[in-house]
Amino acid sequence: MEKKKLSIILFSGDFDRAVAAFTLATGAAAVNWEVNLFFTFWGLDLIKKKPGHAAIGKGVLARFFNFLLGGRKNPPLSRLNFFGAGPRLMTGMMRARNVATLEELVAAARDLKVKFVACEMAMNILGITRSDLMDDVGEVIGVPTFLEYSRDGQVLFI
Amino acid sequence: MITLDITREHCPMTYVKVKLALAKLSEGDRLEVILNRGEPLENVPRSAAEEGHKIVEVLDGVDPCRVLIEKRA
Repeated sequence: MEKKKLSIILFSGDFDRAVAAFTLATGAAAVNWEVNLFFTFWGLDLIKKKPGHAAIGKGVLARFFNFLLGGRKNPPLSRLNFFGAGPRLMTGMMRARNVATLEELVAAARDLKVKFVACEMAMNILGITRSDLMDDVGEVIGVPTFLEYSRDGQVLFI
Repeated sequence: MITLDITREHCPMTYVKVKLALAKLSEGDRLEVILNRGEPLENVPRSAAEEGHKIVEVLDGVDPCRVLIEKRA
């Protein structure tokens, strides 16, 4: 039987949207779907090698943007961010209710061999290179390759 | 035989834990999964069977339910 396929474009760098994307990715991979996670624009912040605020990138503006973004340790909630306290409060609620946290979902995605791919164009804008991203990122790709990877499957934009 | 209790887990970790537990076993090994009714009971045996594993037994008359899976390559 041919494997069903889910490809998720993670445009957002928000905590809650990332939780949704990784929940769908790990859930689909766990029930034997092939899963591609395509990180672009703000979503790239979730797969940087340096987990916190880091002035990386080529050029002053790129360093400024990358520093302010804050890395995967500091993604904001899309609502009720409470000046950065929101994600910590939400993670506490998730733990209290035995729901997987973002960190646990990312680890599960890694274990389930979800394919992480990064957008070449957005990386270029933010002045970052392959070496700035986590080792889990298999490839840096453009639109034609993403279309090829997602062909005959379902695509979600988050 | 390995026993995995996923009664306190929620989606997607219910399925994730079963999939990862099966991946660690050798062919012919058995995994007993203790799980709740509803989504876990409907989907854990189905996805394991889809992946080619053998569903040896489903005990749904007990609470929590139990599913016995035999790993296939």
